[in-house]
Amino acid sequence: MSMPYYVSPEQMMQDKAEYARKGISRGRSTIAMEYEAGILLFADNASTLYKISEIYDRIAFAGAGKYSEFEHLRKAGIRHADMTGYVYSREDVTARSLANAYSQTIGSVFSQEVKPLEIEILVVEVGERREENGIYRIQFDGSIHDERSFAVVGGNSEALNEALKTRYALSPLKGALQLCREVLAEGDDRKNGRGTFEAAVLDRTQKGRQFRRLDAATLETYFK
Amino acid sequence: MSPFQLNDPGSSFHDLLQSQYPRLFLGRSDTAHALTDNAQLLQSVPHGTTILALRYRDGVVICGDRRATEGYTISERRIEKVYKTDETSAIAISGAAGPCIEMTRLFQVELEHYEKLEGTLLSMEGKANKLSQMIKTNLPMAMQGLVVIPIYAGYDLKRKIGRIFKYDVAGGRYEERDYYATGSGGRDAKATLKRLFKTDLSGEGATRIALEAIYDAAEADVATGGPDMLRGIFPNVKRISEQGVEDVPDEAVKTVYETMIAELGRG
Repeated sequence: MSMPYYVSPEQMMQDKAEYARKGISRGRSTIAMEYEAGILLFADNASTLYKISEIYDRIAFAGAGKYSEFEHLRKAGIRHADMTGYVYSREDVTARSLANAYSQTIGSVFSQEVKPLEIEILVVEVGERREENGIYRIQFDGSIHDERSFAVVGGNSEALNEALKTRYALSPLKGALQLCREVLAEGDDRKNGRGTFEAAVLDRTQKGRQFRRLDAATLETYFK
Repeated sequence: MSPFQLNDPGSSFHDLLQSQYPRLFLGRSDTAHALTDNAQLLQSVPHGTTILALRYRDGVVICGDRRATEGYTISERRIEKVYKTDETSAIAISGAAGPCIEMTRLFQVELEHYEKLEGTLLSMEGKANKLSQMIKTNLPMAMQGLVVIPIYAGYDLKRKIGRIFKYDVAGGRYEERDYYATGSGGRDAKATLKRLFKTDLSGEGATRIALEAIYDAAEADVATGGPDMLRGIFPNVKRISEQGVEDVPDEAVKTVYETMIAELGRG
């Protein structure tokens, strides 16, 4: 009779965490940053597969790590938000509830499945005033962080976070875009040409759905 | 709320609702059975009436009166029957007000849901077909008298024209070339549209014809509300073009009616 070999829970969790971290840091970074009229989402992304997406009127999503995995979560988030908004009202859809749902799902995958999700995601919500903004960062094990001013996920996120800590100041959109581009370029030894970024804003001055993508041509005008 | 599930339920909100929240779903056959075939009960359900749409140079004009009736009683003077469904389309509803408004809301979410999940807009044809399927699922309710008969109109961004779709209770979808009107005053409105319609109308011209058609329908049909100068209630009009859906403000509608009535008085 063969004996099942024993692995201590600590060891197992550590292995899983290490595996997930490795996967996430292999990718490129995505930044969420408050600017004067809302929140900017900015990703180092040369492909046409989006990392940033609209979820609801005031809520957006950004993922880092394995595309197939965060794409799945993105869709689940849209379904959750649309269903809540349909059953109750559009005002009742909040980023906090969504971030909690994500945290629960990701957390249970981490503890129950053999392979953890190799992702880190951002759920952001723009408020009527800046104090009402919400930036939630959710990690591969389901831990959730309520961030202020900015947050970075994926790639070399720790270094970028440090860089932003000293240089961030609330500014108009142009300033925020330039700062994002600068720190991404510095934190990365690969050369970034223009037009390899993906950017979108949640703009509180916009009526109705406040999510808006900034295409390459628009970005160009800001980087001049 | 909705559990996050690992097998993908697709990009349709309508299907998602059907599979996850069957109790909220329109047209459930057991709800329809629960409704007895009671004419009196049905009369206590508000019904919306005359709606129409016509094409013009840059797109399409869609319009509806503001009255809802319960049998021979006016139950609502300010009901809205024309709703924007996305950036380039709108729906006008006639039939049982409750299910109509519910279906409109569901259709609005459906279009937005698809756009967000897929990252792209549905084609005009695709949207019209989806609405047809939704009306078909309401058939059990329609058989009990709770009918939903919309007109769906929008600007087709690919073909660069305004398009009008009409529906029957069974979900049948038919495209109209120039104009269409339905609801209890639909026949009278259509007569006016037929008389006045020309191709290549201006936006203002088409708006005036739409309002005149509602006026004529209100004169002949008790369930259709005309302009109410006393209370300041006017038919809803939206113009849809490549630039999007534009509401024609009440003041503009009022001016059109004042001119029209002055002309009628002289004639």
